[in-house]
Amino acid sequence: MDREKVIEVKDLVKRFGSFTANDRLTFDVYRGEIFGFLGANGAGKTTAMRILCGLSRPTSGKVMVAGIDASRRPEVIKKRIGYMSQRFSLYEDLTVRENIELYGGIYGMTMKEIVPRREALLERLSFTAYGDTLIGSLPLGLRQKLAFAVAVFHEPEIVFLDEPTSGVDPVTRRQFWEMIYETASRGITVFVTTHYMDEAEYCDRITIMSEGRIVALDTPSALLSQYGTASVEELFVKIARPQKTGV
Amino acid sequence: MIRAIIAVPVLQMLILVPAVTFEVKRIDLAVIDSDRSQASRELIAKLTGSSFFVVTASPSNITEAESMLFAGDADMALVIPSDFSEGLAGVTRPRLQVLVDAVNATSAQLSWNYLVQVVRDFNREVILNKGTPAGISGGSGAAAAGSMTPASSGGTIASAGSIPGLSVSPRYWYNPTLNYKYYMLPGVLVILITAIGLMMSGLNLVREKESGTIEQINVTPVMKWELIASKVIPFFFIGLLDLALGLSIGWLAFNIPFEGSLLLFFACAAIFLVAVLGLALFFSTMASTQQQFLFVAFFFVMIFILMSGIFTPTESMPLWAQQFNWANPVAYLMRINRMVMLKGSGFHEIAADMGMLTVLAVSFLALAIRAYRKRA
Repeated sequence: MDREKVIEVKDLVKRFGSFTANDRLTFDVYRGEIFGFLGANGAGKTTAMRILCGLSRPTSGKVMVAGIDASRRPEVIKKRIGYMSQRFSLYEDLTVRENIELYGGIYGMTMKEIVPRREALLERLSFTAYGDTLIGSLPLGLRQKLAFAVAVFHEPEIVFLDEPTSGVDPVTRRQFWEMIYETASRGITVFVTTHYMDEAEYCDRITIMSEGRIVALDTPSALLSQYGTASVEELFVKIARPQKTGV
Repeated sequence: MIRAIIAVPVLQMLILVPAVTFEVKRIDLAVIDSDRSQASRELIAKLTGSSFFVVTASPSNITEAESMLFAGDADMALVIPSDFSEGLAGVTRPRLQVLVDAVNATSAQLSWNYLVQVVRDFNREVILNKGTPAGISGGSGAAAAGSMTPASSGGTIASAGSIPGLSVSPRYWYNPTLNYKYYMLPGVLVILITAIGLMMSGLNLVREKESGTIEQINVTPVMKWELIASKVIPFFFIGLLDLALGLSIGWLAFNIPFEGSLLLFFACAAIFLVAVLGLALFFSTMASTQQQFLFVAFFFVMIFILMSGIFTPTESMPLWAQQFNWANPVAYLMRINRMVMLKGSGFHEIAADMGMLTVLAVSFLALAIRAYRKRA
């Protein structure tokens, strides 16, 4: 297997004072895969993801994203990735179209490039009717789908999704995962954190974090047979065993 | 938001310009007339005829007058002793006693000066009519004021009558009618754009921190200066727009003179806005909530405005305060605005202040860009 690595992490450590949020993480992510990052709340998923995105500085260790050193040249990485944070973060006082224009513009796209792609996107999402609606007045499910669409609008190499489906209904979750598959099929690597264990089974490979460490990393089926569990949920309870934090 | 942008300057100008004044327009006077002569009645009539003084009470003794001062029922008490008319006739030296409520030192001083002028006038008439050079001497005391003395106690009131032939007639330049509004209005304009510059842009950035949109921006390749520029530019124009609105109100409602160049005026305001916007954004990069930001920004708004010389000349402030004003953008614009609007000063007269303001603008903006962190 000579698949291309788009993310290489070796011995990543992040400390906040005396608290170690990430303890010697080592993993690789290959181009075009859907990489699931699992863990209880407070396990260190978001911290690791923020480092990969250049939002936070690693204390030590090697972090290469899209071939670029995240601790030295985070701004270069930012051109090649998309990010959707846990907190909804499009501008609520701008319309759907304006938000797309804003982010397209920030990534250096011209209006000539933006407009046809934007209209095609709205068409594909059946969002055309909402094009001139303020984001603030859209229901949560639509907003989340839109936030994802905006995160990949500039065709990044990798998109990072931080618990993208928390708080949305099962139908929207299913549609959301269809969007993720469609994105991966275009060759965009998807790095997704979640605490929905059923979603983990949709991923190509999963990593389970517990208390700042990686405790398992493989394809869902390989992990299930390795630990002899019937579901990822069972597996998670078996190996993650958070001592201080509850899910 | 748009309504606030228009309403704020209009209301601020209409409320502050006429309200913020040191002029004393009405002095409540308590008179103890122990003489009850034609002369004492003439003096009182002269006082009440001056438009500043209103005799609100005639207490029968000094204790009663003091309690009126204490209660705030009178601003000033005038005691005319029983030998007043005899004194004017040349028998004894005529004396008056004045008690002034000097809690507000400025208005006490002004009231005292008004009284002295009226008494001086009265004295001159007495001298002219009777040919007797009997000067009135007076004693004043500051009541309810602790250490604040409105004027040296026991100063001799009369003197004009004794120097015939020499008359001083002042001519006030740049504000010939001594209209206090003309002095305050340029200052109120500065307050207006200070508040806009220091509050709005900073709040906007902190609000993005609170709502989380800033994180989405931080993960994009946007440059720090681009982000700061996006927070400066809109509020820069809002500030200039509000300044134009405020100036129009000054012209329409108060008929304020504008002697200098409008272009120069707006150019200085533009530099000033960059300075305060930069400072506000610097504060907001440090604050994580709107509350924190508001607390810091409000503190600086107060300090900057009160030390800028809007009410009191900066030259009479203690040395450290004058040194602080080197870094106070409000102080520069306060001076520039008054010079340009009232004196019609040109570029050469204000070049030094303009230069310093530019230095501050560049420094504060650089500080904001430097302090902004795209990652923790």
